[in-house]
Amino acid sequence: MASNIVMPPLRARASNRLWRVFVNHLATTAAVGSTILVMAPLIAIFGYLIYKGASSLNLAFFTQIPKPVGEAGGGMANSILGSAILLAIASLMGVPIGIAGGIYIAEFGRNKRLANMVRFTADVLNGVPSIVMGIAVYTLIVVPQKHFSALAGGVALGIMMIPTITRTTEEMLLMVPLNVREAALGLGVPNWRSVLSITLRTASPGVITGCMLAFARVAGETAPLLFTAFGNQFWSTSVNEPIAALPLQIFVYAISPYDEWHRLAWGGALVLIVLIVVSVALVRYVAGRGVLKGAS
Amino acid sequence: MNQRTGDVPAPGADPSPSPVRVFLLNCGSSSLADRGFSGLMLVCALSIFAIVILILVELISGSKLTIQKFGMSFFFGSAWDPVNGNFGALPFIYGTVVSSILSLIIAVPLAVGVAIFLTEMCPAFLRGFLAFFTELLAAIPSVVYGLWAVFVLIPLLRQYVNPFLIKTMGWSGIFAGPNYGIGMFAAGVILSIMILPIISSLTREVISAVPHSQREAVLALGATRWEMIRMGVLRNARIGIVGAVILGLGRALGETMAVTMVIGNRPEIARSLLAPGYSMASVIANEFTEASDALYLSALIEIGLALFIVTVIVNALARVLVWAVTRGAPVRGT
Repeated sequence: MASNIVMPPLRARASNRLWRVFVNHLATTAAVGSTILVMAPLIAIFGYLIYKGASSLNLAFFTQIPKPVGEAGGGMANSILGSAILLAIASLMGVPIGIAGGIYIAEFGRNKRLANMVRFTADVLNGVPSIVMGIAVYTLIVVPQKHFSALAGGVALGIMMIPTITRTTEEMLLMVPLNVREAALGLGVPNWRSVLSITLRTASPGVITGCMLAFARVAGETAPLLFTAFGNQFWSTSVNEPIAALPLQIFVYAISPYDEWHRLAWGGALVLIVLIVVSVALVRYVAGRGVLKGAS
Repeated sequence: MNQRTGDVPAPGADPSPSPVRVFLLNCGSSSLADRGFSGLMLVCALSIFAIVILILVELISGSKLTIQKFGMSFFFGSAWDPVNGNFGALPFIYGTVVSSILSLIIAVPLAVGVAIFLTEMCPAFLRGFLAFFTELLAAIPSVVYGLWAVFVLIPLLRQYVNPFLIKTMGWSGIFAGPNYGIGMFAAGVILSIMILPIISSLTREVISAVPHSQREAVLALGATRWEMIRMGVLRNARIGIVGAVILGLGRALGETMAVTMVIGNRPEIARSLLAPGYSMASVIANEFTEASDALYLSALIEIGLALFIVTVIVNALARVLVWAVTRGAPVRGT
């Protein structure tokens, strides 16, 4: 590392010094300017979303299903319910497998090459486009079933949850001091019991928020649902039928030519964002406060 | 390779189990249950490999038809004619590559600037807020970005930015032609907004990993703050920054919904960036459910396969680069 330093040219000429001070100021201005330039559109997105979304949210939005084109009113209740069902299926699949994977890396695979490979693959899998997951699940579930279904959508989302949860669980478990585990083992507690009731329990606030983060991420996913859950204009609770989903409906409404549908799209987007902001804030709160209350 | 390098020891904890623990683990009476439990955890961990293999197998078997019929020429042909069963993916590859590169050109300097500001210049009370805000932006769903782009960004581009670009750089042919608002340029802009948080937060991480002694050494030689950043920080962090940029590229390549909503969805290779285009992810999103015959579907799945392989390679490369810089980094003092 140390050999990388290059000596700054230290010439003492006054003009040179002025130039260096000038460049310094220029660079500072550029950094501050780019921060402002970046934050501006981002704040604009939030502001516009809250402004447009809040004005279109009302009771009907949460209780009614979409009205036919041309009729005012209607809501996205069926999409909200559909999203809830999809996310329940996804969580049932993704949360246990993800947490177990994290437990393996942190508790059993420490310093093993296999655990490093799992960690690396999870990171890579996190970057795979969600639409590819959609295609894979389509050929895996939709084609044999011969129709779109909530089950397929849930599985696609569940697959996307696994790598995220594995990584956060692992990170949270690594923060639990080894002494805690040794104390449990010293009392004669079997290792599996120590992992589940001591280590995992100690890290549970962190693990839970990690799950919420993964949950919030997939809650906004649209691409993998396009040809798995497919969407539905009516109430549906069957896992074997196409089902509506909030992000899908936002997409359909956003590219439609009707003002009434645009209004609903903004409302849906706001609902999604509130869900996501709450979980990101929770994660930060827990991570900042230290996961391990009572551990040390 | 050193096996221990990837392991991050918990602060305040021993990096390796003590002899006491090893002893206690080995003398337990419930070794069968323990072995069963660790086996179960192992299976779940291995499911991550299984997912990757499953995706690969499904995509390859799904695209068998076009792989056999067109071979490599699938990626060089520019015909997209579902009616006559003639497929070439070039317009989509072109659209994906051009919009991603465009987004990197816009996003990278800004992202690095933000990261430098946050780590080296920002007052402490702002840092937490800005970091939280960037994190939030990385979590906004793609479809919401798309919604905003359709109703706010596109009109803005059509009215103010595009006429200006046509006026000043229209002679080059890159910014020319009818001004629809939607098109390759709009896709590049929305992509850059979307990948900015990812690149800047990773760059911030990498810059934070540069030891303080490096900064102090350069400052002690009489450097200004910018010289310190350039020589002490950026030079040491450059590999990690490249990794962050590549990770952003991976995100841009696979981005689906927002791009689909603004790129214009026309399978043509146009010289002008203002003309509508198409990207690999958006053609899948738009046409997958409409694909009427097996060959059409197979062509779309093959595009998905290409996207999968490229993003896996890009992400793996990026992870290795970021990891090379941040591993073994000292915990930054408060």
